[in-house]
Amino acid sequence: MSSETKQILTTDGIPLEVSLKKAERRNKIKAFLLVAPLLLFLIITYVFPIGDMLLRSVDDKMVTEMLPKTFKAMEEWDGKELPEEEVFEAFYLDFRKLVDEKREGKLSTQLNYTKNGFKSIIKKLRRKSKNFEEGNYKEQIMAVHKRWADVEYWKAIKRRAPAITGQKYLKGMDMYKNESGEIVSVEEDRRIHRILWLRTLEIAFFVTLFCFLMAYPIAHLLATLPMKYSNLLMICVLLPFWTSLLVRTASWMILLQQQGVVNDFFVGIGLVADDARPEMMYNKTGTYVAMTQILLPFMVLPLYSVMKTISPSLMRAGKSLGGTPIVAFWKVYFPLTIPGIGAGCLLCFILAIGYYITPALVGGASGTLISNQIAFHMKSTLDWSFASAMGLMLLSGVLVIYWLYNKIVGIDNIKLG
Amino acid sequence: MALPKHTELHYRIWHYFYLTICGAVFFFLIAPLFVIFPLSFNAEEFLSFSDGMKSLDPDAFSLRWYKDMIYGTKNPWGLAAKNSFIIAIFATIGSVLLGTVAALGLSSRHMPYKGIIMAVLISPMIVPLIISGVAIFFFMAKAGLAATHTGIVLAHIILGTPFVVITVTATLSGFDHSVTRAAASLGSNPVNTFMKITLPLILPGVISGGLFAFVTSFDEVVVVLFLAGLENTTIPIQMWTGLREQLSPTILAVATCLIILSTLILVTAELLRRRSERLRGINR
Repeated sequence: MSSETKQILTTDGIPLEVSLKKAERRNKIKAFLLVAPLLLFLIITYVFPIGDMLLRSVDDKMVTEMLPKTFKAMEEWDGKELPEEEVFEAFYLDFRKLVDEKREGKLSTQLNYTKNGFKSIIKKLRRKSKNFEEGNYKEQIMAVHKRWADVEYWKAIKRRAPAITGQKYLKGMDMYKNESGEIVSVEEDRRIHRILWLRTLEIAFFVTLFCFLMAYPIAHLLATLPMKYSNLLMICVLLPFWTSLLVRTASWMILLQQQGVVNDFFVGIGLVADDARPEMMYNKTGTYVAMTQILLPFMVLPLYSVMKTISPSLMRAGKSLGGTPIVAFWKVYFPLTIPGIGAGCLLCFILAIGYYITPALVGGASGTLISNQIAFHMKSTLDWSFASAMGLMLLSGVLVIYWLYNKIVGIDNIKLG
Repeated sequence: MALPKHTELHYRIWHYFYLTICGAVFFFLIAPLFVIFPLSFNAEEFLSFSDGMKSLDPDAFSLRWYKDMIYGTKNPWGLAAKNSFIIAIFATIGSVLLGTVAALGLSSRHMPYKGIIMAVLISPMIVPLIISGVAIFFFMAKAGLAATHTGIVLAHIILGTPFVVITVTATLSGFDHSVTRAAASLGSNPVNTFMKITLPLILPGVISGGLFAFVTSFDEVVVVLFLAGLENTTIPIQMWTGLREQLSPTILAVATCLIILSTLILVTAELLRRRSERLRGINR
């Protein structure tokens, strides 16, 4: 049958199917070309640099490049007994070169990260190695300090041979690889990063919860009031939304300080004594209060846009069928708002988990988040690879939520204002 | 929200309880902004209400911090404001151009891999700013654009485009494509059609996206902190430094100006949104 069906041709004699496909392809290319400039721009200036962060975070070629001969000679070494003369010779040659280039200080810092005690013996070696005689370097180096004759220190050097390391990621979770290559946690009192991760999650979770609890009633009010009033009240939500983050943080700093308005009020109504004004800023309380107010509009707007679409007759129907208002609300209204709740909560959580400015200003030491630690390493310690590693750990968490958000809400459904 | 006469007492109580809660939340949202206003007119150097201010003594109020903001010799606000405006304007133009064109492509039903491309284009809005800051800093440092206006403008284009893409695609979702086909059938070329038909119809969306991009750039501090040198200081950077070092009332004067600016932007955005809804209502 099919072979007998005549193909439909366009006016210029090309089969319609081919012609349509061609047009379709042309449209596809056209649409893609429109997106291409922005896509290309973002890939070059944004996506690649994030990839660059990944490379930096595992990069460990500094020592690898400083001691090339040593690591080559060490390939044969089994790492049990002290290495052979050739390793010592190679190390001596590498080391002399570093001293000539005045880079031995960097080496000692780097090796000291791996094992404490390298700093002093490298200093000593630099002084003594000027007068080394040719040959038998093993004896001469071991004579500089007894630690140079300790196999543990040579093992520590060998551990720095690979150019790639996951060490920074372990450090971000307060773990490290010990001498025998096992991954273990640092001592209990030095686990600062775990505390920060947990605190970040805790604050993001509770801020999201507070936002939800506060946003639900007002979104409902905005959605059910007549336009005339709701437009006016909407300004209360939108004005903070459009106002500079720093301005809002500044106002909280004024309100929450010890001589501030909130404390004055508490003293005025006799809640606290004048000389016992509570510390509400530079701690977790400050972070909670300020972040909740700042992120509240991001919860109200998605809830509002969902509630706006729910017809009031549904609640009336629920009530007329014998449900009390509470039952009607719980069985009819609430389930319909779940998409809005999902969107608002995920958005709030994503924003809260990466918050930097507000915690840095009102958080003090106990209210700072992981972002502040990243900024600290970028600006103060200049350990950029560690900052990159922590940034990517945070990013992977955010991307999981983003993916969830996309699944549940769909990114094309994000609405602004 | 008047209740019908026959409402039972406990519903009445519940209802007023609900309204009280709403009132409290609205107060929590908006009140902090208003505390800045009176304090910026404080005659003294403190950041709390003096006794004179509480009793509305006119001598307790002054414009000295506004004078200090404008004429203060040590104050970098003039340079900061100039930089902020220049950077924000160029960043807005860039974001609007790139974002609108991309949104046109994304709204086409022929667009391949729409989901994943959209995810990439929106990502600067979702990725925590600190991570964007680190990544963009690495790029700008390599490209030799750190501590230049160009670098900061490019960074703000990255951060601003998602807003333009979102608002313009939203506007285009209600767009009636038959009008462009009609234009084409009447012999108009695509560029002409875009300028004369499409653009005027989606203009409210484009402008409100532009407003978002402007505010994003004007208010952005995290990325700028990584990128800016002394020459490129902006208002947010000055505020950040001021808030960290010492809260001076001059900052409150600046903050008041910023609140006024954001009110103006809010009003414009709202008017545009309503106009856009009206226009789209006609299309349907």
